[in-house]
Amino acid sequence: MTEEIIIAGFGGQGVLSMGKILAYSGIMQDEEVSWMPSYGPEMRGGTANVTVILSDEKISSPYLKVFDTAIILNQQSMDKFEESVKPGGVLVYDPNGITHHPTRTDIEIFQIEGNKLAVKMGNKQIFNMVVMGAFLKIKPIVKLENVLAGLKKSLPERYHHLIPLNKEALKIGMDNVTPFKVANQVAHN
Amino acid sequence: MELLDIIKPENQVFCKTKLMTDTPLSYCPGCGHGTAHNITMEVIDEMGIQEDTIGVAPVGCSVLAYDFMNIDMTQAAHGRAPAVATAIARTWPKKYVFTYQGDGDLAAIGTAETIHACNRGENIVIIFINNGIYGMTGGQMAPTTLEGMKSSTSPFGRDIKTMGSPLKMTELVAQLPGTYFVTRQAVHTHKHVRKAKKAIRQAFENLKLNKGISFVEIVSNCNSGWKMTPNDANEWMVDNMFPYYPLGDIKVNGKLK
Amino acid sequence: MSELKLMKGNEALAEAAIRAGVDAYFGYPITPQTELIEYLMNEQTEKRTGMVCLQAESEIAAINMVYGAASTGKKVFTSSSSPGISLKQEGISYLAGAELPAVIVNVVRGGPGLGTIQPSQADYFQSVKGGGHGDYKLYVLAPSSVQEMSDFVEDAFDIAFKYRAPVLILSDGLIGQMMEKVKLKPQKKRRTDEEVIKECGSWATTGKTKNRERNIITSLDLQSEKMEARVHRLMKKYEQMEKEDLRFEKIQCDDAEYLIVAYGSSARISQKAVEMARAKGIKVGLLRPITLFPFPKKQLFKLADQVKGMLSVELNAGQMVEDVRLSVEFKVPVEHFGRTGGIIHTPEEILEALEQKIINNGTIRHHKTRESSIL
Ligand SMILES: Cc1ncc(C[n+]2csc(CCOP(=O)(O)OP(=O)(O)O)c2C)c(N)n1
Ligand code: SF4
Repeated sequence: MTEEIIIAGFGGQGVLSMGKILAYSGIMQDEEVSWMPSYGPEMRGGTANVTVILSDEKISSPYLKVFDTAIILNQQSMDKFEESVKPGGVLVYDPNGITHHPTRTDIEIFQIEGNKLAVKMGNKQIFNMVVMGAFLKIKPIVKLENVLAGLKKSLPERYHHLIPLNKEALKIGMDNVTPFKVANQVAHN
Repeated sequence: MELLDIIKPENQVFCKTKLMTDTPLSYCPGCGHGTAHNITMEVIDEMGIQEDTIGVAPVGCSVLAYDFMNIDMTQAAHGRAPAVATAIARTWPKKYVFTYQGDGDLAAIGTAETIHACNRGENIVIIFINNGIYGMTGGQMAPTTLEGMKSSTSPFGRDIKTMGSPLKMTELVAQLPGTYFVTRQAVHTHKHVRKAKKAIRQAFENLKLNKGISFVEIVSNCNSGWKMTPNDANEWMVDNMFPYYPLGDIKVNGKLK
Repeated sequence: MSELKLMKGNEALAEAAIRAGVDAYFGYPITPQTELIEYLMNEQTEKRTGMVCLQAESEIAAINMVYGAASTGKKVFTSSSSPGISLKQEGISYLAGAELPAVIVNVVRGGPGLGTIQPSQADYFQSVKGGGHGDYKLYVLAPSSVQEMSDFVEDAFDIAFKYRAPVLILSDGLIGQMMEKVKLKPQKKRRTDEEVIKECGSWATTGKTKNRERNIITSLDLQSEKMEARVHRLMKKYEQMEKEDLRFEKIQCDDAEYLIVAYGSSARISQKAVEMARAKGIKVGLLRPITLFPFPKKQLFKLADQVKGMLSVELNAGQMVEDVRLSVEFKVPVEHFGRTGGIIHTPEEILEALEQKIINNGTIRHHKTRESSIL
């Protein structure tokens, strides 16, 4: 199995850390992983993205043009990465702030109200874990217990008390992801 | 009142600085760089010297100053702006030449160029933004970082024993006979902005006298590097930076105060 | 016991240096390698192993600090990225001239000038053709994974001390910034001062004792004959490096009809292009030079009898391609493909370039290639 993922959004949305937790979870189940971020003067409030690959084989290129899954968290990233999902692949996105919804019909598209649900949980920071839960519901490439073990490894000790909250966020994400039908959207317009 | 009345020139309290371009500033909200740019350009506008001014941009967050300042500018290698400006001023003696530099640029890698340009008494203005940190590269320790202050390369606070003391570059260059006007200002309140602008005006006026370097330090903030909100950063600056880097003139008309 | 961790290339290199028992690091921040000094500072190396870690006021100061520590036999390294490495060239030339062991890390970004902070391989010429002034070369290691960022630290020091010569680890923003699994080696003890004196006392300035002559570290020979002898001594070392310490990796070369030559991050991306080509039934192999000097000249010369053409894939406007052409002595067409300015080529682009420049045009272009490349 090889899963090639792009996660893209604003800097500060936890894009890079979501990728890191995913990569750590992969390690927990003995997979090869790579995590390749876009980098730059991050304080400029620009976009951030990270390519994460999990595979049971050695990973060749950490840098890719097309992906099995795109997890998209803002409009700029939607504009940039909708086209890079492989035919038959998956696009998961948070509709919050999205004005131009995806239009492709040769991929599977899902929505997760990550922002809203995180605010409802009383912790905006947990947003990325809600989205990750949604992704894992669609593609259970890593087991929940491995995600939690990965979290434990990637978080400094002083944040370990937050792991139950993260677990809850993952669950909420899993329970609230909904398929998105492109045809509906077109009809609305 | 109609909209047209409101925007009549006599009713206007504030408008965009004429010599700033329309490019949106890339600085973090609350950063002092933008204000320092504004007042520098206001001075050049008020003196009517746009055509005769040549600026030298540093390497640091203000590397893109040339995108914002509507004048001719040359971008120098990290720390070398005073050398670049030296040559421009020597070969174009009638022009108003200035550098705009951060504390990493001016007081670390560019120390030699700074000291020697000041020592030779080049006829240039140096505007020195001291925010106590390397902003552009993500918050590393600068020579000006205060004792005990945390940065990404002094994560446990600056330790004087192994990392040296915060460098008072401005006091240092004031000792050199080549400096004519040396002052330390700030831009976090209206009052300070007005004073800083006056100092920059003085500095550019001095160039007409051909008396040597006018050196204007602006103690500023870096809320991103300091990991604070803009307001907290300004308060922290007043409480911590100003006592170590006191505001005011240090050398006027070639005489130490 | 080795430890498995998820780390950035820059961090893995820093951790490996601590574990290799390195004595000192001197550096100056610059993207995309600043994590290296940040990691070392955060680890409080002086407390952990006694390793000195200092942020210098500039790259020039840092490389001269390296010169200082190296002249006393200590294991010392520095790191930077392209503009900073340019500043270090004077010091590197002095290290080579004075025959001192040291390790320099370049996490390359796009140039020339201030350029871009994005990944690049545009410092190939600077790394293998001198960089600084004078007749010298660097032993150049090009890691292509986070694991190699870690492993090459000890390898680099071994070579540096074997030959008493500076060694360059030539990485780039992609390998420096990406995270992968890395197996870390166990902590080695730093050598005691007595051990340093025992190992390096024959040449290093560790303090003259009664039972030996003075040691002097210099790169100056005012007498031309002496200077020539020094240059010959250096050239001997480089010859020996070519014989004993050349490193390369051959991937799917056995039945290859076409060859991609690529190092570092480009080799990783090219490997995917090879997989894609093979899926289409095109027999492509990859030769990855691990050392850029010494260069796998003979291996390429031999492969030229087997393949119909070669594509040198580099994140630059065409640098290593010159060495590939020299190596194969124009037996087969050799073309270059690469993006610049910090843009990373995709596996798809590489495959397309291979098809267009080599496979479809191979035989026709043969003579053209010869002429234009000589010009
Ligand atoms: C030769 C060289 N070394 C290092 C760098 C990386 N670098 C860019 S800006 C900078 C420091 C900027 O700090 P400062 O001058 O204080 O300006 P600020 O960003 O805080 O305004 C450094 C180290 C570089 N571009 N060139
Ligand atoms: S990083 Fe600091 S100096 Fe740079 S723009 Fe932001 S606040 Fe200003």
